[in-house]
Amino acid sequence: MRGFQALLYRDLRLATRAGGGAALALAFFAAVAVLVPLGIGADLKLLGRIAGGVLWVAAILAALLSLDRLFQADYEDGSLDQIALAPMTLETSAAAKIVAHWLTTGLPLTVLSPLLALLFDLPQAGYVPLLVSLGIGTPAVSAIGAIGAGLTISIRRGGLILPLLVLPLLSPVVIFGAGVVSGALSGLDNGAIWLLSAFSLAAVCLAPFAAAAAVRLNLAG
Amino acid sequence: MDTRRVSTLTVSDLAIVRGGRIVFRRLGFGLSAGEVLSLEGPNGAGKTSLLRVLAGFLPAFAGRIELTMSDHSRLDGDEQARRVGWLGHQDGIKPQLSVLENLAFYARLYGQSGADLRGVLDQVGLTRARDLPGQYLSAGMRRRLALARLLISRRPVWLLDEPLAALDVRGKAMVGDFVTAHCRDGGLVIAATHEALGLDCARLELGAA
Repeated sequence: MRGFQALLYRDLRLATRAGGGAALALAFFAAVAVLVPLGIGADLKLLGRIAGGVLWVAAILAALLSLDRLFQADYEDGSLDQIALAPMTLETSAAAKIVAHWLTTGLPLTVLSPLLALLFDLPQAGYVPLLVSLGIGTPAVSAIGAIGAGLTISIRRGGLILPLLVLPLLSPVVIFGAGVVSGALSGLDNGAIWLLSAFSLAAVCLAPFAAAAAVRLNLAG
Repeated sequence: MDTRRVSTLTVSDLAIVRGGRIVFRRLGFGLSAGEVLSLEGPNGAGKTSLLRVLAGFLPAFAGRIELTMSDHSRLDGDEQARRVGWLGHQDGIKPQLSVLENLAFYARLYGQSGADLRGVLDQVGLTRARDLPGQYLSAGMRRRLALARLLISRRPVWLLDEPLAALDVRGKAMVGDFVTAHCRDGGLVIAATHEALGLDCARLELGAA
């Protein structure tokens, strides 16, 4: 557990220092969320209806921005070799990195989302569902993204391939995540929140193993 | 706490394949606690590949690597990796973190939180650079920090890839001293190097056909 903590704290520190990805993801999220209402115009009814979907897509794209460096930075400077020799499994290391990524992107994005929802004039009933769905769903984004990050470690410009690998796998998160918000707005209990929770739980439990396997493959490459 | 010590490292009938090409095969050697093996050979002879196989990063195409402990037990792959201290081409230093922060992270990662970090930095001559961010370190200073990490990892089997690269004369002498001290404490050292370590040690010439 000490190794897990050490890696978690280091990644949190790196992400929040200059050049880290945390602030970048937030700024990107805010920029997209500001641009969409500008592009669509002042049709408040329409904006309110699409707010959930747009914010979900923007959040995923923002989280992907910092994902490609999740393992790659450590691979390039040799830290990954040292981490691989630490007295913990690579699966534990991958889990620590996923948690650190979520704490520095998924969580701040979730917290920022109600403020951006104001720009869309999201109806009152939508705020809590938006916050809850992002809170439940973004861990799955970090987890599944870590698999892609592990696979693209040794690829130059892997940041371009990563979204192509990861985005299709994240479509259930977008569907159920935005479904939670639209369900609340229409007053229907569509069960999206349970499907989102189930998907997220499965992703978080299984992804460290897949990511570690991908990293191992690249260490041997 | 595991009180067993490593007694021998035995490599038998080892073959390594890289990119569809046989780097070498039927390689065998043995090393006992307190011994140094110097890997020599031209570029591309497979020195780094051999070290990466010994560290468990690369799978061996064929052959066995066995680490025997003082109670004659043998270790499996994961347990072997936990005995390895690795000094690779890359120093594994984060540019955003200071020298002390870099070292403190690895001390915690390796479960050596109680290590005397300042003492080790003093040993490698980085006391004055303690609070300098990694990005401002010269190549030689980075190497010294990597050596400090190797010292605090307290691993019995040292695998060193070009340990003398980028170091000045005093730095090179320092590596020799560390290796000697490590062997005196019952450690094993395998070093791939183009320059002589300045030690009396066994040599293995790779790529000699």
